[in-house]
Amino acid sequence: MKRSDFVGHVAWTGAGILYVLGAEGIVRASADAAPGAFSFVQISDSHIGYTGPANDDVHGTLQKAVTAINAMPNQPAFVIHTGDVTHLSKAAEFDDARAILSTLRAPLLTIPGEHDVIGAEGPKRFASAFGRSDAKGRGWSSWDQNGIHFVTLINVGEGETMGVLGDEQLKWLQDDLAARKADTPIVVFGHVPLFAVAPEWGWTTTDGTKAIAMLRRFKAATVLNGHIHQVVEHTDGAIRFATARATAFPQAAPGTPGAKPGPMKVAPDSLLGVLGYRTVEVTGPATWRDRTLAQS
Amino acid sequence: MRTALFCAAALLALTAAAPSPKTYTVHIRDDKFQPPSVTVAAGDAVSFINDDDDAHTATADDGSWDSEGLNQGQKWSHTFAKSGKVTYHCTVHPFMHGTLVVQGEKK
Repeated sequence: MKRSDFVGHVAWTGAGILYVLGAEGIVRASADAAPGAFSFVQISDSHIGYTGPANDDVHGTLQKAVTAINAMPNQPAFVIHTGDVTHLSKAAEFDDARAILSTLRAPLLTIPGEHDVIGAEGPKRFASAFGRSDAKGRGWSSWDQNGIHFVTLINVGEGETMGVLGDEQLKWLQDDLAARKADTPIVVFGHVPLFAVAPEWGWTTTDGTKAIAMLRRFKAATVLNGHIHQVVEHTDGAIRFATARATAFPQAAPGTPGAKPGPMKVAPDSLLGVLGYRTVEVTGPATWRDRTLAQS
Repeated sequence: MRTALFCAAALLALTAAAPSPKTYTVHIRDDKFQPPSVTVAAGDAVSFINDDDDAHTATADDGSWDSEGLNQGQKWSHTFAKSGKVTYHCTVHPFMHGTLVVQGEKK
């Protein structure tokens, strides 16, 4: 399989069991990354500062995720946190989150969620704690690594409205992607899903269709988001989307009768089974695994 | 002397006629501002109380005021001196909207 096909030939389940797809379909359950293989990890929605009944120890569950990642025998090339590191953008919340995340063995990248940019000080505190010197505009960036073109998009904080990329960022994305060949694997990170998961709950990016249109010419594009605290998969042509579990608390599935977005309380002994992180391994075909903290 | 007494009486009458500032309450509950529209007099205050388990803000669409993040049980109060109609929203739940109408001018 060519490298350009890596990212497009993957499948995973919400239960943390992963199967690798070859041209003939599911071929085997995946194993851990081979030594030296390229891999990265996605964590999301830690909500440091949340004190409600859905999780009375968000510090502890984030620490558990960090400990599990640090215990991986083959360390990922990087760990990306896809936003809502904090709950209210308070200075102490950023301090606490940074104290835990700074213990990661692998390099950390972080993009903001809407909970990280609350008020006039939120964006400044996020930039101070996790900002990248190579970022453009409100924090978007791209880089090439292991033959893959990575892009981080910012879809919170635009004019105080969540779920908007904005014209400036879209223009930058268009120029950034224009320089890439169609067979270059593209991996895009953002906080709010680019596709419409549940617009009535704010689980969409209103101008995300413009970014998706820019990705259509690529043979293998993958978009990884947080925000909704659960694994939801979606395919649009050659573009694959996947949202990630939180480390803080679960939220209801879209369409659940009588449900609304927000922290969802589950039985205490079930909590770790609905929190987690995602490992992405490239050993030939890319392998993707959503692990719960109960499995860690 | 008579003029002074007249002025004092007039001032007293004016003071008595001026209503005391009131404080209104908007509850943030079930991802809604309740009530969704409030009309107050200039000089009155509005308290926003978050009853939800989720974080919320009450943020003027024109940026003129912002509660910033409120956890469950937290309250933010603001006195409105300038008349006019302001729509507001929750920055972490963009589908949540409210309206505040301020009448008259603060004396």
